[in-house]
Amino acid sequence: MNTLKKRIQVENLRLSFGSVEVIHDISFDVYEKEIFSIIGPAQSGKTSLLRCLNRTIDFTRGASVSGKIIVDNEDVRKTRDIFALRRKIGMVAPLPVGLPLSIYENVAFAPRCSGLKKKSQLDEIVERCLRQAALWDEVKDRLNNLGTALSGGQQQRLTIARALSHQPEILCLDEFSIAIDPVTTMRIEDVLKELKREITIILVTNLTHQARRISDRSMFMLKGDIVEIDRTEVIFSDHPAKKETYDYVNGIFG
Amino acid sequence: MNQTNSITHFTRNSFTSRKEWYERVAKWLFQGMAFALVVPLLLIIGYLIYKASPSLNWSFIVDVPVKGMREGGIWPAFIGTLYLVVISLAISTPVGVLAAIYLNEYAKDNWFNRLINMAVINLAGVPSIVHALFGLGAFVYAARFGYSIISASLTLAIMTLPVIIASTREALASVPMNFREACWNVGATRWQTIRAVVLPNSISGILTGVILQVSRAAGETAPVMFTGAVFYKAIQKGDLLPYQLTDQCMALSMHLYTVATQVPGVKESIPFATAVVLLGSVLLVNASAIALRVYLRNRKKW
Amino acid sequence: MGDNQNSVLAAEYPAISDSKPVSRPRRPYWVITAERIFEGIIRLSGVSAIIFVLAIFFFVFKEAVPVLFSDNFNITQFLTSTKWYPTSAVNVRYGTFSLIIGSFSVTILAMLIAVPFGLGAAIYISEFCNKKLKETLKIIIELLAAIPSVVWGFIGMTVMSKLIVNFTNAPVGVNLLNGGLILAFMSVPIIVSIGEDALKAVPDSYREAALAMGTTKWQMIYRVLIPAAKNGLLAAVLLGIGRAVGETMAVLMATGHSVHIPLSFLDSIRTLTANIAAELGEAPAGSEHYRVLFLTGVLLFCITFIVNLTADLVIRGVRRK
Repeated sequence: MNTLKKRIQVENLRLSFGSVEVIHDISFDVYEKEIFSIIGPAQSGKTSLLRCLNRTIDFTRGASVSGKIIVDNEDVRKTRDIFALRRKIGMVAPLPVGLPLSIYENVAFAPRCSGLKKKSQLDEIVERCLRQAALWDEVKDRLNNLGTALSGGQQQRLTIARALSHQPEILCLDEFSIAIDPVTTMRIEDVLKELKREITIILVTNLTHQARRISDRSMFMLKGDIVEIDRTEVIFSDHPAKKETYDYVNGIFG
Repeated sequence: MNQTNSITHFTRNSFTSRKEWYERVAKWLFQGMAFALVVPLLLIIGYLIYKASPSLNWSFIVDVPVKGMREGGIWPAFIGTLYLVVISLAISTPVGVLAAIYLNEYAKDNWFNRLINMAVINLAGVPSIVHALFGLGAFVYAARFGYSIISASLTLAIMTLPVIIASTREALASVPMNFREACWNVGATRWQTIRAVVLPNSISGILTGVILQVSRAAGETAPVMFTGAVFYKAIQKGDLLPYQLTDQCMALSMHLYTVATQVPGVKESIPFATAVVLLGSVLLVNASAIALRVYLRNRKKW
Repeated sequence: MGDNQNSVLAAEYPAISDSKPVSRPRRPYWVITAERIFEGIIRLSGVSAIIFVLAIFFFVFKEAVPVLFSDNFNITQFLTSTKWYPTSAVNVRYGTFSLIIGSFSVTILAMLIAVPFGLGAAIYISEFCNKKLKETLKIIIELLAAIPSVVWGFIGMTVMSKLIVNFTNAPVGVNLLNGGLILAFMSVPIIVSIGEDALKAVPDSYREAALAMGTTKWQMIYRVLIPAAKNGLLAAVLLGIGRAVGETMAVLMATGHSVHIPLSFLDSIRTLTANIAAELGEAPAGSEHYRVLFLTGVLLFCITFIVNLTADLVIRGVRRK
């Protein structure tokens, strides 16, 4: 792992909403081509952390961020082209959102925004992303149907397809399996395991067994602080560094 | 519920039945108030139609007025109003829609944008005669457009602008925020998001708002009376393009005022018929806007 | 990797080498510039509202200002004298007090009728109606609001005038009472629609809590609902007042033409708005009379500005809850 590059370096990150500090001065690194999971109970700041990464925290009124978030040697907070940043970092939100466009257009949306117009290219991207999201077989005959007419689980997979459509180098998934059944979840986890050969994946999850299954390194966050960050085997072993980690992972609280 | 023989049964006694009586009275009172608005209105409209009937026929609309407007029809006024409505809305709709897009999609919550909001609200409350004075001072004199269709249309455009802004904003705000967030997450710019998701799904509300302003532009008298509408203008019967932008024109609203107050000896049914045509057109346009709104509400995409 | 048919990944998922970034398509430069320009136009449109309000004030004020320096004009007299003789050859006087009272009295009369009926209708629609009736009534109120003011004026001049003459033996049917009734009809839709919005905004939990304690519907409305919605209801009334004060054509046609302080409901009066409309056509452009009429316009602008500002502040107070 020491030979792998660091893709993301977070240094002294603080986040406040108004006068309430939500993330207290945390620092961590994420290496390339790994699945990095962030676990912890609700209200730990996990989702806000992701939103700091791709700068969508900017849309929340009253949010103030300090510290450095360096992605590929560039401080995210000082980046000139925010849209390029958001295309580099894919984001899958917990609640499924199908855009009120056709399924095809849902997935073709991001490539179109980048300027791609050729139908053959778009067709190929749509099919590839829908396959990766484990949705292709269910919708391939009705690509022109409205995205909002799909079931919750299908819309979540559509969101994942959308996140993949702009070829992100870092994929962030925020509790993606909430609205999906366990079988489909396993299929997507398989996809993630393959994708990590090429891209970096950050997985925020409440399901500790999911983190144990697929991630390489894990970070346990509690109330805005990092409790422990280490290889997954260590976190989920009988002897993690901190007692709270052991308690949380084994369901004693949280 | 346990059946007992005690006095805790819920029985009707004099106290509860008095309460019920109060309740019924309250209901009838409020109902009466609501219908007191509706019933007289229907009676009035019926009376108008009744008094107008001798003159109400198709040729009334297509003919030109003769004999100093004591006889004949109202065609120049009808077509003039059409001109004013189309031109003024052609100006105020794009400006209003873009301003609403700014206010709802781009504006942050700072003092400047609160000022803009206040300006829109105040613009909406300006009396129509003050609009007329403004049109006179700004377009007729300062801009040297003189008394013309263009002056009158610009005045009407400024008058309809704030309501178009308000109704467009409502239409835009009805698109849920999470759609926009989903677009931003994949790196779309604000405008790309608006064009792909927000606008197509609010176009119905925007359209309804604009159509409702048609009746307002058609019905206002004071703003056009002093900026471009005249008592009389000679045009051909049934001519569809009789006016130039720099001409003065007749307008239905002003025609009603003129015929009702300035022309002596006019046959009684003519002003009533003018009123019915104006009222009828206005109500028809508004009713179709409302129908459009109801129809589109049932075709929502989410 | 791309040859593995079982792999979900299509062949083209690009390999990420150590330093070279993924080549993603970029939009052509001119598209980005065009979008920036368009967004600039959008911002400009947003600012235009301020520009128009200021422009209205500016141009009306501009035409009025010169008269402020004229010998014949005195601002105190303008606001407090009842003598309005702008065309007198001998003794020109510009006292608008009667007109102010005229506007005031017809508005008060209209509100005395419109507020109870409007709020009552709003309460009925909001609390007692079933869905279908609610839709129908709301549509009717909306259509009521669309009736042009000149048509209302015409109704006042013809129908209402006749009714008033029949019922009260007044010599002439166009007077304060007529104007008040017509204005009431015109203001009611605003009061009903905004009032209904205000009532709708009160959470159902308030209603349920009250009814659970055994109150009747009437008590619930009187003791709980109205106090809870009072800001919105107040705003509805203020906006109705704003509409009434600013109304021109209807009062011009329905209230008669006398410039004097009304002593009874059947007196003929003239409002500030009607006065401008009636005399502007005859006043030569640039003359003193013309400018005083513009000054009256400035006065009207200020009055409605204050009323609407107050209404907006009151509404804003509601939203912050």
